[in-house]
Amino acid sequence: MSQSAVKEGFARALFVGAAAVSVLAVALICVFLFANGLPAMAQIGIPEFLLGTTWRPANDLYGIFPMIIGSIYVTAGAMLVGVPAGFLCAVFLSRFASGRVAATLKPGVELLAGIPSVVYGFFGLVVIVPLIRDYLPGRGLSLLAAALLLGIMILPTIITVAQSALDAVPQKYYEGALALGADHEHSVFRVVVPAAASGIMAAIVLGVGRAIGETMAVIMVAGNQAVIPGSIFDGVRTMTANIVLEMGYAADLHRGALIATGVVLFVFILLITMLFNVIKKRGEAR
Amino acid sequence: MMAPWDMTAAQLSAALRIASDEWAAREAEVARRRRMVSALLRGLVYLGAAATAFVLAFLVGYILVNGVPYLTPSLFEWTYTSDNVSLMPALISTLMMAALALVMAVPIGVGSAIYLVEYAPRGSRFVNIVRTTTETLQGIPSIIYGLFGMLFFVTALRWNLSLLSGACTLAIMVLPVVMRTTEEALIAVPDAYREGGFGLGAGRLRTVFRCVLPSAVPGILGGVILALGRCVGEVAALLFTAGTIAQIPDFVAGGAAAVFDSCRTLAVHMYVLASEGLHVNETYATAVVLLVVVVVLNAAATFAAKKMRKGSGND
Repeated sequence: MSQSAVKEGFARALFVGAAAVSVLAVALICVFLFANGLPAMAQIGIPEFLLGTTWRPANDLYGIFPMIIGSIYVTAGAMLVGVPAGFLCAVFLSRFASGRVAATLKPGVELLAGIPSVVYGFFGLVVIVPLIRDYLPGRGLSLLAAALLLGIMILPTIITVAQSALDAVPQKYYEGALALGADHEHSVFRVVVPAAASGIMAAIVLGVGRAIGETMAVIMVAGNQAVIPGSIFDGVRTMTANIVLEMGYAADLHRGALIATGVVLFVFILLITMLFNVIKKRGEAR
Repeated sequence: MMAPWDMTAAQLSAALRIASDEWAAREAEVARRRRMVSALLRGLVYLGAAATAFVLAFLVGYILVNGVPYLTPSLFEWTYTSDNVSLMPALISTLMMAALALVMAVPIGVGSAIYLVEYAPRGSRFVNIVRTTTETLQGIPSIIYGLFGMLFFVTALRWNLSLLSGACTLAIMVLPVVMRTTEEALIAVPDAYREGGFGLGAGRLRTVFRCVLPSAVPGILGGVILALGRCVGEVAALLFTAGTIAQIPDFVAGGAAAVFDSCRTLAVHMYVLASEGLHVNETYATAVVLLVVVVVLNAAATFAAKKMRKGSGND
């Protein structure tokens, strides 16, 4: 009896320990990022760092404003592409597709989610960039290319989350609308979709998080000039790209400034995660 | 116009007919407009679905058509040279990296899920904190993991650019994936199984391992495969933790110390090839190999999930 009690207690302690690992991991990530990034930020000067428009490490000029704007532009563009397509595809899968069609398309969406971002990036480099270069102004490596590619990449996130929100709407809402004389399309868009609104919002926020954090695919198609783009055909550099492009050879304050870029990105992501949780909680409360 | 009470019966009925015709026409107009809106909505929905399907088919098709012809034997030679750009070392390094990462992430992930579902009191403060941190981990982009791995494993622990640094970074990255899927799988196990275990006099530990876990295995396996997929496709988290050297960590000559060798995984290999731009055809071929690995993993995960559903539907 007491031996089994010891065993039980030991196992319990192990499981608690395992659960504590993720807490520890988040704590370590915060500590190491902030401890390495904040001093550099302080040395550069926080306004100069966040709002400075010149990034020239050779002259000790570290303004990441163009990269912040770049990340926001690219993410916004990706949303313009990915949200309508993803939302409509989710509606299709949830309420329009016959069983067989859904059974074909759904694994396809999962595959789209599983394709590594380098493969997307390479696809963008050999297909989207040349298309833009040939038919539109600019060199092809551009904000537009990055936005299009990222829009494709966030499709599976938006589709999956939005579809599960739509699937969770009770069938009687839809049937009630039909009984009041609405047709299929109106029942879906006027009754089912509004009922799933918070889930769809959550899907969009999750998509924003994915888009702003994406790195490799963006580097390969965005051109990466550290200036605020004047048009969608100009090159653009995101915060993520800034880190990867220069971390390989950076030293001292330059390295600190790159880590500080990571800190800014991290804060963006934390805010987005918080927003996501608020939306989700509100949806559950309803 | 004449007031209705001044009309003869014939006039009245004529006026009424006009009014009802007008009303019917207006009604028909409204119905027509509604049908048009419906058709438009339906068209948009089909367009959205078609666009997604097209993108997927085009992407996969394009890579396959351009890559498959270049899947030559030289691409699978044992050692990498800048001529053959063999992906073999990267492929084997990927297996080692993913295996090492999962060996760390799976026990921890499954253990914490067991705690959350089977042990923790409902609404406990610790559980809330764990859930919040798991969600946070899930949202963190891989480049942040890469930065952290570089600062912590590579620099602070002095593991340098190595298999171990990379695998530890990946392990933290996929931990929430394993946790979440295991949690869902455990929650799906009917309470009757637990009651059965307790009823037969088993303790909590035995009940969990003998009654609950076995029927959750397919779900957990699905999560593990998902995590494996993320390890295989990851680049940003590995560039500054595992490095880009195209060699296999030599466990034969170096023994366990080979975990401190730097290496590149298949996805990193493909990124290096693509950014060098010298071997475009081989890059396509490497992409094909990556795609095949991902498709196989995806199919396995779907299969596991199907098995899980069937398993829990039986009782």
